[in-house]
Amino acid sequence: MNDRSALLAAASAAIVLVACNPAPKALQYGPDPELPEPRRGLLPEMVVAEPADWGDRLPIVPEGFEVRAIATELLIPRQTLLLPNGDILVAEGRGGNAPSLKPKDVIAGPIKAAGTTPVESGNRLSLLRDADGDGSYELKTVFADDLNAPYGLALVGSNLFVANQDAVVRFDYTPGQTRASAAPQVLTDLPSAINHHWTKAMTASADGRFLYVGIGSNSNITERGMVAEASRAMIWEIDAANGMHRPYATGLRNPTALAIQPGSGQLWAVVNERDEIGPDLVPDYLTSVRDGGFYGWPWSYWGQYVDDRVRPQDPEKVASALVPDYSLGAHVAALGVDFSTSAMGPGFADGAFVGMHGSWNRSEPVGYKVVFVPFRNGRPTGDPVDFVTGFRDDDGTTRGRPVGVTVDPRGALIVADDLSNTIWRVTRTGGTGAAAPELPAADTDPARDGAELDPTGSEAGSPP
Amino acid sequence: MVATPERWRETPIHPLHALLLGAALALFLGALLNDIAYACTYEIQWSNFASWLIVGGLLVSGAALVCALFGLAPSRRRRCSFLHALLLLATWIVALFNALMHARDAWGVMPGGLVMSVIVFVLACLATFAGYCVPRTGGVR
Repeated sequence: MNDRSALLAAASAAIVLVACNPAPKALQYGPDPELPEPRRGLLPEMVVAEPADWGDRLPIVPEGFEVRAIATELLIPRQTLLLPNGDILVAEGRGGNAPSLKPKDVIAGPIKAAGTTPVESGNRLSLLRDADGDGSYELKTVFADDLNAPYGLALVGSNLFVANQDAVVRFDYTPGQTRASAAPQVLTDLPSAINHHWTKAMTASADGRFLYVGIGSNSNITERGMVAEASRAMIWEIDAANGMHRPYATGLRNPTALAIQPGSGQLWAVVNERDEIGPDLVPDYLTSVRDGGFYGWPWSYWGQYVDDRVRPQDPEKVASALVPDYSLGAHVAALGVDFSTSAMGPGFADGAFVGMHGSWNRSEPVGYKVVFVPFRNGRPTGDPVDFVTGFRDDDGTTRGRPVGVTVDPRGALIVADDLSNTIWRVTRTGGTGAAAPELPAADTDPARDGAELDPTGSEAGSPP
Repeated sequence: MVATPERWRETPIHPLHALLLGAALALFLGALLNDIAYACTYEIQWSNFASWLIVGGLLVSGAALVCALFGLAPSRRRRCSFLHALLLLATWIVALFNALMHARDAWGVMPGGLVMSVIVFVLACLATFAGYCVPRTGGVR
């Protein structure tokens, strides 16, 4: 056998391998997505972002809106928190210490890293301030540093809670403060061994008594063993006063952002689902989170669809799995969610914004944008509407990747971009949700994390 | 100059080639046994071991394949040389597919990974037999 025929054999083998992967279909949205059979060729499908500078370009926003970068050169911004005086806190960092377990990890790790920022983890909170209300945030200062991959943020009264990758910590906060007065105190440790999915999303209940923290699974689909999944893939309810906690909902593979729905006080989450069983499996989703609910991971997805990659199987758990509320499409990597407000204008008043980091495990990349999911009567309805796009071109050039989204009740959306290390602020043209601090108090939503909390705490949906 | 090359010519293959073949057999057998252990226990670490053993087997059998290709030179060629190289190439290609199969997550490796591990080990055995086959026609011994 000569070299040429060997080469030919290898080439035809590669073609066969790739051909084993099914062709992607249009994204499936809504409560009842059509799910294909799970399939995977021998080679995983990886299309990784090719980072590029924004230059003079800006993200694209709907007509009647404008966008500007209010902070650049951050150290991997992930989630933002709006403080009562209009200041913005930005959690910056990169976490996880999962070791390479198989040859595949050694090969895939650097390939995936090429699609993210090379900047070192900030491990800090930055504070942005627009003192004169002109929409330009002239102050950018470090509020706290020496944190450990901070992600979730919540303000309850004078307590600022930060979810590091290994613990929830608490700072004292007084309005107008630009620098934490002391090192934080630990409220409770969080599961952090391995930390395959390290982000600890957080929000506070409407009455401020509880914190909800999302703890992602320690693997894609239990390939690090079942033992590694103890206390993973769940949302904890933590007593904000003393750190006591319990699992609030389980079987959520990677709950990457949490938000409390205004009015009802209901907890909602966006969840990233499993990879490597096809371009249209499994849809990432937006769902209301039921107390005590089990959402399938790892044994099943979207209710009762059994994932055959998990052993031992558990038919009882599969039978008990809840179906999520709303499919956002497979592999979009939803990493941010926040509820809108009437100040965002008539088209975007009732619903939720979702930040999509974008896929790596799909031959036709998806995500890489911020969408608006319209709600009616408190439930998501209809297809998502593009709200901020232009992060990625069809040729793979990628200028940014959205993560956290935060609604400013003055009528603005704050978007963290962890590829270009920028904070974007989308406002209505002319109206410039740019400041105007004298907006009526009715527009300030008490249920929003970061806003002042309703001392009566009478929301029906608040947990026991 | 005289004695040593003569003795080599009497043995079917070069000692380095033999060493590589033996190592590949051991590595592919190890992968197979680890796959069986994973299938019996669902303990993921067995599957991780199998993945690395297959990569080791690919490296060693790849080196053995290079030796086998040298063995196809007219001055060295024996009756089984071509069969040996062909079987070793087949071993290597199936092992490559097996490595890709083992890159799947958790039980996704099964049952295909176990089946391929059996095939790879059987092919490696056959390739090694072919490598050591000594033509009787030569009148050696």
